[in-house]
Amino acid sequence: MESLILLIGATLRIATPILFGALGETVIERAGILNLGIEGTLLLSSFIGFVTAQAADSLWIGLAAAILTGIILNLLMGFLVVTLGLNQHVCGLGITLFATGFALFAFRLIYGGVSTPPALDESFQPLNAFTGTAFAPLFSQHWLTYVSLLFVPLLSWLLFRTSFGLRLRSVGEAPDAADTAGINVYRMRYTALIIGGALMGLGGAFLSLAQLGAFTHGIINGRGWVAIAIVIFGNWKPWRVLAGALLFSGVQALQLRLQAEGVPLPYELLLALPYLLTIVAIAIVGRNASYPAALLKPYRREG
Amino acid sequence: MSFKIERVPAPVWMRPLFIVLAVFITFLLVSTLVLAAGASPITAFYELLIDPLTRTGARADILMLATPILFTGIAVAIAFVAGYYNVGAEGQLYAGAILAAWVGVQAEGMQPYVAIPLMLAAGFLAGMVWALVPALLKAYLSVDEVVTTLLLNSVMLFFVSALLNGPWRDPVSNWPQSPTIATSAQFPVIIPRSRVHFGAIMAVIIALATWWMLSRTRFGLELRAIGKNKDAAKFLGIPVKRRLIAAALISGGIAGLAGVSEVGGIHYYLIGTLSPGFGYTGIIVATLGALTIPGVFISALFLSLINRGSISASRELDVPVYLSDVIQAVLLLVTLATLLLTQYRIRRER
Amino acid sequence: MPVIELRGITKRFGSLVANDHVDFDVETGEIHALLGENGAGKSTLMKILYGLYQPDGGEILINGSPVHLKSPADAIANGIGFVSQHFSLVPTFTVSENVLLGHEGGFLIDKAAMKQRVTAMADSLGMNLDPDAVVGKLAVGQQQRVEILKALYRKCRVLIMDEPTAVLTPQDTEKLFETLRHLQAQGMSVIIITHKLNEVLAVSQRVTVLRLGKVVGRTATADTTQTGLAEMMVGRKTVTVVRNSEHKVGDLAKLDVRDLHMTDKRGGLLLRGLSLSARGGEIVGIAGVAGNGQSELVSVLTGMAVPQSGSVLVNVQPMPFGQPKALAKLKIARIPEDRLRGIIGDLSVADNLMLEQSDQFTSFGHLKNRQIRENAEKLIRDFQIKASPNDPARTLSGGNIQKIILARSLAQDPEVIIASQPTRGLDVGATEYVHQKLIEQKQRGAAVLLISEDLDEILVLSDRILVIYEGRIAGEFAAENADIQAIGALMTGANLSPEAGLAGA
Repeated sequence: MESLILLIGATLRIATPILFGALGETVIERAGILNLGIEGTLLLSSFIGFVTAQAADSLWIGLAAAILTGIILNLLMGFLVVTLGLNQHVCGLGITLFATGFALFAFRLIYGGVSTPPALDESFQPLNAFTGTAFAPLFSQHWLTYVSLLFVPLLSWLLFRTSFGLRLRSVGEAPDAADTAGINVYRMRYTALIIGGALMGLGGAFLSLAQLGAFTHGIINGRGWVAIAIVIFGNWKPWRVLAGALLFSGVQALQLRLQAEGVPLPYELLLALPYLLTIVAIAIVGRNASYPAALLKPYRREG
Repeated sequence: MSFKIERVPAPVWMRPLFIVLAVFITFLLVSTLVLAAGASPITAFYELLIDPLTRTGARADILMLATPILFTGIAVAIAFVAGYYNVGAEGQLYAGAILAAWVGVQAEGMQPYVAIPLMLAAGFLAGMVWALVPALLKAYLSVDEVVTTLLLNSVMLFFVSALLNGPWRDPVSNWPQSPTIATSAQFPVIIPRSRVHFGAIMAVIIALATWWMLSRTRFGLELRAIGKNKDAAKFLGIPVKRRLIAAALISGGIAGLAGVSEVGGIHYYLIGTLSPGFGYTGIIVATLGALTIPGVFISALFLSLINRGSISASRELDVPVYLSDVIQAVLLLVTLATLLLTQYRIRRER
Repeated sequence: MPVIELRGITKRFGSLVANDHVDFDVETGEIHALLGENGAGKSTLMKILYGLYQPDGGEILINGSPVHLKSPADAIANGIGFVSQHFSLVPTFTVSENVLLGHEGGFLIDKAAMKQRVTAMADSLGMNLDPDAVVGKLAVGQQQRVEILKALYRKCRVLIMDEPTAVLTPQDTEKLFETLRHLQAQGMSVIIITHKLNEVLAVSQRVTVLRLGKVVGRTATADTTQTGLAEMMVGRKTVTVVRNSEHKVGDLAKLDVRDLHMTDKRGGLLLRGLSLSARGGEIVGIAGVAGNGQSELVSVLTGMAVPQSGSVLVNVQPMPFGQPKALAKLKIARIPEDRLRGIIGDLSVADNLMLEQSDQFTSFGHLKNRQIRENAEKLIRDFQIKASPNDPARTLSGGNIQKIILARSLAQDPEVIIASQPTRGLDVGATEYVHQKLIEQKQRGAAVLLISEDLDEILVLSDRILVIYEGRIAGEFAAENADIQAIGALMTGANLSPEAGLAGA
């Protein structure tokens, strides 16, 4: 029982950045854009958040900077694929490569060739509730974790119960029909990118400002790609995306637990396990995945 | 009188001009980073673009650096031409490297002309195997290949690390690196007093073969047809699924050769940092080369020039060596945007 | 004062002048027909009025005051509604979501109120529509009703309908006209874009005729006749293809389709025991409302889909399913429904002319470039394709693209020709050319299966007419005694006894 509670607690912690990323990607893909820039966006917002928090000596300013970074990179993505109508695959990867290169460049510039990762003097601390009870490990989460969970019903409501969501989805399903209905397809797609970018920024910030309180090159380590897989697994629905994120993180938490207990397997193979299971999961849902019909398609009004 | 933008393709001879323009804009943008690093952009760009060309040793280094990204660039180009977004060249490269290192170690006592082809074949095979699952999932279950190949890159890195920290940890030094391959399996150096090795010749051969395949064979024509219009290709009787799988496997195999070339020609053993992202650079190389083999060839050399230049720039000017990563990514995005201009022409009308 | 007035509208696409100083006006409460051939500039003019295109010259007045319509949103705000030929619906949304989209009237969506309003509106026009139905699964006629509701919901005063009857049965057409008269009675104006003369006469009060981008006539409908309109529209005596019966129809069925059954992913029936046959030397036309199994039949016959059961014999040999390549060997020529799925636009004309028969142009996998070029030059000459072998196919006009498809398949002297919507979207010249080629082929002795949503085309070309309804053949007519009312009735499933499905076999 106690170890189960620990496991669930760890799952929620591990799920947080992935959930932020996957929810952000969901909003963006619902508007018809596949943003492969997510991996780099998570990394750079994590880094900028960290550097700013250190420089300004304020976690809140760092958090704001991370969100801003996420938004700016997504606006750049929007310029390339919405305004210019370029290939979404290549531009997304280009943004990831750019953001990664830039983060490494700036890191070296600021910190030189340090061997231990720089850390914050003070980072966001977990909230402690039910201390002394058996449930304490479950609820000793960072407030950002609760925020990420709150976004699930919020986005579900926004996408499926409001006119804004109806319009956003129409732009990702049938942009020409949306246009004829008087919806500005470009503006709607940019709006989705801004929302998604802010969520990605939160995801990056969670790692450097809360969970680790430090920054390393490998801080994202493929979480962005996992988030994209989870969006497919979640069939572009926030609640199912949450399920996907928890599933991945649950396996991740479990393998950490197994590592700690000294299972006679190389720990790297355990680390690879959640990634492999993610591939299996999207292969299972693959055929029935209902991709937004206009995903990857730039919108151009004729004439 | 007004200006009007029309969708008229610019003449082909103007394309190179747009590339030059893209390079110019890229360097203008990157200047800000150079300034932030406290260096003069002019000096930095001299170090990046000109200085390596003035010295024999550096010129040879460019060829050495171009070898792996020529392989991965070709690998990515073949897949992209067929509309199959194999972004898993990084993982396939390591797959090739692992098997090549294993064969290389077993090659003790073999003649080089046996050992080296054996390594190449093993690496090609391993790259194909690593590319197989995403290709099958794409063809038969419509699972997005981008996601699966990216995830498999992560898996491969864990796998390499498990190998090097486990069964393959060097028994002598205890470093996480594989045992050294047999001398006979080590690629001969082809330019004296340099590190340019037989892999460069292989890369050129593969480039020529690929160029022939894409432009002169029915297989190549069918891949291009599939990449441009999958439905029509099927209608015209092209076995789309089988061709896609073939393209994915060839792509994976060639990416695997990049790994063989790094193991056999540079390191002589497998290490976790064998590739600083050659697989991803391959995407840039292929895209900058407009998915044509001559284009891939030129862009691989150009990116290697920048890579070599960034090493001297970092030494001379204390600009972080990652500058070249930033330049490459910015160049990719700017080139894509600039090439868009070749689709339009501004006309003046009254 | 006219509710809409267009003055001197000019629109150019590159060197093509689509609208050349067009004047056009609509009165309150009238049904105004905008008549012209394909390519005359009707749709362009209406897209300008709806803010989808910006004119290069001229002005638009609404209720007498000039307006600048930058986008459909502006047009909607000015009370203009547009029902396009290709519906602007989100297929995955429900009827009420589609009606509401863009005009939700608040941030929160009250689903119950929304449904109620849509139902009330539909009822007031005598439409029977489930507000919760997913639009992508509705029949074409119903989708069109959703479009009309959308316009109405936006408080539209002027409704533009682009070729609204192109995909409807005669009965559905009559129903649509009733709806339009109903709207007119409520004081709305309707602009109906068409090239069908009988519709102009049946429903409109006034008519404006466009030819090659210019207004060539404007008159009250009561003052004109079908012949008068035709002369204005075409500018010369209309040419009708004469069915030539001076050749003999073979006894043997070259194409014999037996008892095809096909279901979709969810188990819905697409083909329900469809059987038909076509002999050498005849054109067999398939008439029917879109969505009754035509696309699936074509998919099976062109090697793109595999039915659950049934068989197809070509010259008594069984045709393998789902293998496009095998069809060339059986000498089946295919003209696809969507011609852009028949060619690869980014490849050259020469490549497109050889890909279907690539075996002939390859030795050991290597392309025989000289033969490929010679083949292209020959076909370009023989079929008068306006292109050179190295041009990317996408730069060609629709007519020339269709000629590529005809050239490469007809040059093989086919035994069977599957022609699906062969003239959709083509101009008159190209349409005539395609019709001529099909007739030549039938005279040569090929069996031609013609599937078209254009009933006129079927009537003009076919020797026998089969009516398809809900995945099977509901009836057969010889060309001589084809009765359009009876065909229409069968297209909608009227008079269909359970055994009638085999009437054509």
